[in-house]
Amino acid sequence: MRDGNALWLESYPYDRMLGLNRRQRTLLLTVLAIILLGTVFFLGIFSGEDKIATNLALRNLPPSWEHPFGTDWLGRDMFIRTMKGLTLSIQIGLLAASASALISLLLGLAAATLGKWVDEIIAWLIDLFLALPHLVTLLLISFTLGGGLKGIVIGVALTHWPTLARIIRAEVLQLRSADYVQISRKLGKSRWWIATKHILPHVIPQFLVGLILLFPHAILHEASITFLGFGLSPHQPAIGIILSESMRYLSVGMWWLAFFPGLSLLIIIRTFDVLGENLKLLIDPYNAQE
Amino acid sequence: MAVQSLAELQDYQKDYQNYQQGQVKELKLVPSALKKPILEIQNLAISFVQYTRGLKQKRTRVITDLSVRVNKGEVTVIVGSSGAGKSLLAHAIMGVLPKKAVVEGKIFYKGSELNPQRQKELRGKEIALIPQSVNSLDPLMKVGRQVRLGVKDQDAKKVQRAVFERYNLRTEDESLYPFQLSGGMLRRVLIATAVASSDVQVIIADEPTPGLDPEVLEETLTHFRQLADQGKAVLLITHDIDMALKIADRVAVFYAGTTVEIAPVRDFCGTGDKLRHPYTKALWRALPQNDFIPIPGAQPQPNELPSGCFFAPRCPLVTQTCSQKLPELREVRGGMVRCNNAS
Amino acid sequence: MLLKAENISFQYDKNSWILKDVSLTLQSGEIVGISGPSGYGKTTLCRILAGYERPQLGQVTLDGNPLPRSGFNPVQLVFQHPEKAVNPRWPIKKILKESWEPEDWILQALGIEKEWLNRWPHELSGGELQRICVARALNPETRFLIADEMTTMLDAILQAKIWQAVLAIASMRNLGVLVVSHDEHLLKRLCTRILRIEDLNNVKK
Repeated sequence: MRDGNALWLESYPYDRMLGLNRRQRTLLLTVLAIILLGTVFFLGIFSGEDKIATNLALRNLPPSWEHPFGTDWLGRDMFIRTMKGLTLSIQIGLLAASASALISLLLGLAAATLGKWVDEIIAWLIDLFLALPHLVTLLLISFTLGGGLKGIVIGVALTHWPTLARIIRAEVLQLRSADYVQISRKLGKSRWWIATKHILPHVIPQFLVGLILLFPHAILHEASITFLGFGLSPHQPAIGIILSESMRYLSVGMWWLAFFPGLSLLIIIRTFDVLGENLKLLIDPYNAQE
Repeated sequence: MAVQSLAELQDYQKDYQNYQQGQVKELKLVPSALKKPILEIQNLAISFVQYTRGLKQKRTRVITDLSVRVNKGEVTVIVGSSGAGKSLLAHAIMGVLPKKAVVEGKIFYKGSELNPQRQKELRGKEIALIPQSVNSLDPLMKVGRQVRLGVKDQDAKKVQRAVFERYNLRTEDESLYPFQLSGGMLRRVLIATAVASSDVQVIIADEPTPGLDPEVLEETLTHFRQLADQGKAVLLITHDIDMALKIADRVAVFYAGTTVEIAPVRDFCGTGDKLRHPYTKALWRALPQNDFIPIPGAQPQPNELPSGCFFAPRCPLVTQTCSQKLPELREVRGGMVRCNNAS
Repeated sequence: MLLKAENISFQYDKNSWILKDVSLTLQSGEIVGISGPSGYGKTTLCRILAGYERPQLGQVTLDGNPLPRSGFNPVQLVFQHPEKAVNPRWPIKKILKESWEPEDWILQALGIEKEWLNRWPHELSGGELQRICVARALNPETRFLIADEMTTMLDAILQAKIWQAVLAIASMRNLGVLVVSHDEHLLKRLCTRILRIEDLNNVKK
């Protein structure tokens, strides 16, 4: 509000970098992040299979202008391989993150709206899962389900839901006791109306941001599980496979097989992080105070 | 300055008597213009940068032109609507505005201009602030200790016990935590914290309306009155006119970020004829104990200030010149007013 | 209509009662005031009368019937802090529409500008928001209005304006109004009957 509330008292004129204020910088970063991710995805999907055909004449080439990331032991272009790998990782990450976020949403909502017993049980579950070291749990679940895509997606989903569920539960609980929600009831609105018109719109931004921030986790875990041999098989060359296969060639000096894919993975993950944080600032300024 | 009524003359006589008998340390009714103010604020302006719809920034003047003199032995009250504007004045004097605030104008203490270094030295010692919220107290520190923290170069415990006694707090209370005290007691602790330092000359109280409990309110106001009678300068910032009029010596009326009138408290009586600015008159008349009649329009917000006099859109006396330039504060009948048409 | 509170006792935690054995009545068309120091349960009483809390003992009735648990409540409460009483993500228009669409003359009487309807809550000041809340509470189905320090934070001119409008509408619709305020002058000006919370509330202090 304009009076008495520091919410609108924001940055000073000299908080400008590159001639942009904080809000504009946030938007710019968000757009750049989306462009980068979009490019990777585009390249991954639309590069023809011929680009990564085996070509034994071009084996083991270090990075050059024609092959910026070098080639591997089968003569395949590492750049396109990396792009495709990342794309696959992103897709898997999306699936796993969505599954996890969905569980979080359902359990978070349930805990906040279905009464004390349900809340206690779910709170207990949250504490339980948070106490377990999630990488170990993930490995176990993945292994038990026989690895592969199913193992990874279910593994990630079951180990990453607690944090977001807690946030959603807190949000909803707080909303239910808000003055304006109580007033809404006295104005004659039904519980369903209040849930969809008051509560859900508040929760959705948190949910989306939580979802996006889960991506890096999901992708990273896919890569590490596969790297350790518990995840995808070489038929599905996501980044994890690329990295694990490259290990064999490191001692021979073919550093580019691990370096570029690894670096690309890092950049993509950071980009998702940046995207998530900036979206949080843009979508939800009320909760994202500096 | 001519005395305007028998009542006024009698006021002067009584005041002089009190002074002679040592009941007050300073003559109150010396015309303020002749008194040397201990604290003087000249043309203070404070702006912030704000994000408007979309992504652009806009500079907003929360205080446009605030000038007021605070004298020793007097309670000066700044009255205005609830809002960020007036409270920022307290922070500006103490030198604790957020870094993002852009400040213009000058503040003089004991005749010389204040700068950040000087403010730091004076803060808590000669100039003390009684904050709005009792939450300013450290919840994890016993109240006795919090009061003692403000005492320097003296036997802290002795001073703290003395000031506790003065404000009706028991010695045992000094080892209690804030959550163990009632609202009224917390208010008294806040005052004690501010006046514990024996050097204190100016006390600024920011919106001390303590949860609207009439008893505690009366008590708090009495304390402020006593402080003034002891020769200190008290600057009270509030939105509550009733409370202001109970203890003020002089009232500065704040509208849309500017002082529009500074009047002695006795002008607030009857139909408000003695008041100078149309807004002050309207405010007085709108009180439930008077006419309870509003005037149309509303106070403009900081980012929608009209050109010229800010009150012009609602003013019954508005003329052409009023919308052209913001009038200066000028002296009229022993008070100050920012109006082209006041007499 | 008659709004009646009979022997209300209320506590938040098991150790202390906030209200003990409080009774009062409010007729349609009456303007009753409640004065008194803070800490004596004035706000809690308001919330109970408007159905926001259920008393452990005693009951609130409307012409003998309990307050409705769902559907529009004819007893409407205007909160002291308007910022918390509106959904910050809704435009003002939607906030008003949740209750009803007031005619122009009501907006004018309360000094609500048409252009505010398209703004967001954080763009309006406390005084402006409070006027929206009052307009929202003056739904045609409202029979009783409870004003809990409704104009305390507003300047005297705005206070006079809002009350003139509310009194006019209350008179037109024969509403019962309960005014809670610490301002004795305001209560004397508005109310036909003034009750003191210290007399109503039998909690030992």
